[in-house]
Amino acid sequence: MNAAPLLEIEGLVVRYRTGRRTPPVVACDGVDLSIDAGEIAGLVGESGSGKSTVAAAVLGLAPVAAGTIRFRGEDITHVSGARRRALAQHVQVVFQDPFGSLSPRRTVGQTLSEPLEVHRRLGRAERAARASAMLERVGLSATAVDRRPAELSGGQRQRVAIARALILEPELIVCDEALSALDLSVQAQVLNLLQELQRDLGVSYLFIAHDMAVVRHLARRVTVMRRGVVVERGDAQQLWDAPQHPYTRALLAAIPDPDPAAQRRRRQAREPGTTDDLPRAQAR
Amino acid sequence: MIGAALRRPALTVALGFLVLVTIACVGAPLWVPTDPLQQDLGAILQPPSSAHLLGTDGLGRDVLSRLASGGRVTLLGALEAVVVFLALGVPLGLLAGYHAGRFDTVTTRVAEVLLSVPAIIFLLVVVAVFPASQLATMITLGVLGTPNVFRVVRGSARAASQELYVRAAQTVGLTSGQVLRRHIAPALSGPIIVQTSLFAATAVMTDSALAFLGFSVQPPQPSWGGMIAEASAVIDADPWLLVPPGVLIALVVLALGILGDGVRDLAARSVASVERPRRRPRRAAPAAPRAPGPSAGPPALLSLHGVTVAFPAPHGEVTVVRDVALDVCEGQAVGIVGESGCGKSVVARAVLGLLPGGARLTDGSIRFDGRELAGRSERELGRVLGAHGRELARRSERELGRVRGAQIGFVPQDPIATLDPAFTVGQQLTEVVRRHRGGSRPGARARAVALLAMVDLPDPEQVVRRYPHQLSGGMAQRVGIALALAGEPKLLIADEPTTALDMTVQAEVLGLLRDLRERLGMAIVLITHDWGVLADVCDDAVVMYAGEVVEVAPVQSLFAASLHPYTRALIASNPLLARAGEPLPAIPGQVPAPGAWPAGCHFVPRCPLAVPACSGELVALGGPGGAHRTRCLRHEELAPR
Repeated sequence: MNAAPLLEIEGLVVRYRTGRRTPPVVACDGVDLSIDAGEIAGLVGESGSGKSTVAAAVLGLAPVAAGTIRFRGEDITHVSGARRRALAQHVQVVFQDPFGSLSPRRTVGQTLSEPLEVHRRLGRAERAARASAMLERVGLSATAVDRRPAELSGGQRQRVAIARALILEPELIVCDEALSALDLSVQAQVLNLLQELQRDLGVSYLFIAHDMAVVRHLARRVTVMRRGVVVERGDAQQLWDAPQHPYTRALLAAIPDPDPAAQRRRRQAREPGTTDDLPRAQAR
Repeated sequence: MIGAALRRPALTVALGFLVLVTIACVGAPLWVPTDPLQQDLGAILQPPSSAHLLGTDGLGRDVLSRLASGGRVTLLGALEAVVVFLALGVPLGLLAGYHAGRFDTVTTRVAEVLLSVPAIIFLLVVVAVFPASQLATMITLGVLGTPNVFRVVRGSARAASQELYVRAAQTVGLTSGQVLRRHIAPALSGPIIVQTSLFAATAVMTDSALAFLGFSVQPPQPSWGGMIAEASAVIDADPWLLVPPGVLIALVVLALGILGDGVRDLAARSVASVERPRRRPRRAAPAAPRAPGPSAGPPALLSLHGVTVAFPAPHGEVTVVRDVALDVCEGQAVGIVGESGCGKSVVARAVLGLLPGGARLTDGSIRFDGRELAGRSERELGRVLGAHGRELARRSERELGRVRGAQIGFVPQDPIATLDPAFTVGQQLTEVVRRHRGGSRPGARARAVALLAMVDLPDPEQVVRRYPHQLSGGMAQRVGIALALAGEPKLLIADEPTTALDMTVQAEVLGLLRDLRERLGMAIVLITHDWGVLADVCDDAVVMYAGEVVEVAPVQSLFAASLHPYTRALIASNPLLARAGEPLPAIPGQVPAPGAWPAGCHFVPRCPLAVPACSGELVALGGPGGAHRTRCLRHEELAPR
């Protein structure tokens, strides 16, 4: 077992400039997070909590003002160009929106073989074979290589997005609300798939979501963010059973329970006045 | 793509014409009857004849031969200009659009300067410096035209680079060049094609104009513009000479325009067409077993019975919702729960009379407060009733509008989208209040403030002055609810009212809905995909699957003792109820699209309990009786012992 964590984020600060005169928006303010090899780490928060900014920073898509991000001990906070592109072999992403994340003009096969074209010296036939194999691995028919995204359902598209993330055999996949846009029955299918892939391939996930119930189901350790700051972290089940921070308690109490009787109890136990409902102009 | 092009006659004709002209001009030396420079002073200004198909000019030269040879010059010039135009404009536009920053600023400013330069003067200067050099003038024309394509490409590239799939490509490790070439450039083909064809037409015109002025190839070499100049010199003697070059130039320009438009449409369609593979559309089956009518008890406020809705499809119609029954009593909260594509929103829209274009109620009745709302479209009634009836129908349409606006309130999923960004919350709410109740503006305004207070917005006096963008998601949804309450409705229909909100805000808005129902005695129909939301607000619910109501029961019974395998499986796949770390009991497969519904029970292909009998007849909504009804043949085996 490797002692050093796979991904280590320390004191991450991200600021977005909004205009010349307005002060910058601090999306992340001193976030610490670490993920061990083969771990599923949960990151929970509501809109404006900065959870997606953490994902963007890991992928090199956010302006990091302070702090460090280390991947297998290497400082990747500010790398760009060739090294960042090479990192793509180790760190991949699955976005929330399965309708936007696949190019509508490319077939599934083209989308899947693109990472191989860039990073692996493989012949066309070998690339196609790997794309087909990966499609079957994520529960789609290999004949789907010739389809375009418009011909697929939301769940199927998300499977393609997962296949694209996996095809380079990365060590870490950032799942940014990867299940939120899916229907309940499809969400269960994809959630099982993610879990199974993690078990079989030993890949780690940074699993970002607003739904505490999904995160608890997948992750061992959970970090809760609010307004750019980590408010609580800990073992997923412990956090679920005995949240310490008032915000975590409010977040858990707000999850509606499908059991009407249980939901009635939840409602009564809820503490009022802990929401983050900011006007849009402010919330960004 | 070629097949699609052939189905568009205008495009086919334009393309064919341009190909023909190009071949004829390029191959002119091979086929023209006489040398275009060969004079025959014995046969000047002759009308068309078998020897000279388009006649001869003032020096007795064959017009057809000159037209074909001149076309080589003109088309070559246009080609030069287009090549420069594309070679400069497209790459610069792509780079400027993709890499915002200094490069973008500089190139955009240069483009603006170029656009403000009067092209013809610039061209004349170039002509003066490089006399009679068509290449120089056409390159200049290409450069001067570049800002047009540059600005279009830059704008489209900027938009395309915000797409999620471009971000995904970056994280896969593609270089900027690869991202531009593979993912951004293909998205721009439409606007580029349009700009190119427009510019090619401009180039043909400009080249002809310059030749007309004598600044292109020199006589006696033919060119289209030069031929017009020659014709205008003898216009009194022979007006015909003007026709061949004039008509040809006009036709080429027209064809280029049609070509650009048509190809752009084709390119857009080949991407946008999301036509799912549809089997033969099924007609609404009138013989199908109907759900039993409303059971005895208090008369329902809203009662749907056998509601069937069809949408237009490429071949006829496709039924998206069939045989929906639903009863809502006064003050009752009923949920419609199901996954996307099951038809729950269609049912709500049918009640509201807001079915999208082309969709229609093919069967069934919708009664609200004792009045029939179904099938009362003005046109349909008018056809049956004649002139007098049409007036009646129009009146009833107005009446329907009143019922639907005032007595049934509607809360959409995204209230921001339904609010006009140009007006304050107060202005919009006041207008709705006045439409329902009339009265003075100050009175309506006071009522608006009272409504905002009713939905628990703190400081309503301040909220009325805000614009929609100054509201948070939760506040906007409260304003949306206030708008729905303006007519003091007996029934509120809320379509996924909290799906776009954060969990904690959702909890508050749901609390508000419960509270309003209690205070105002209002009935609620809540459409949701979330079983937790259902449990929080509703007493009773209908579960929909693939266009059908599959189960009707009190929410508690649905949760604890469902009598339909779909309901059971869906509840079981909720991660909240599962044991952490273990695989969720997911339902295999996916919801069939309308038009691809299986015979018999729609859930058969995914059902663990399916037996051959399930695939036979359509299953009716039945069950043990009482308030619990299910559309499952084997429900007795599901019942608790």
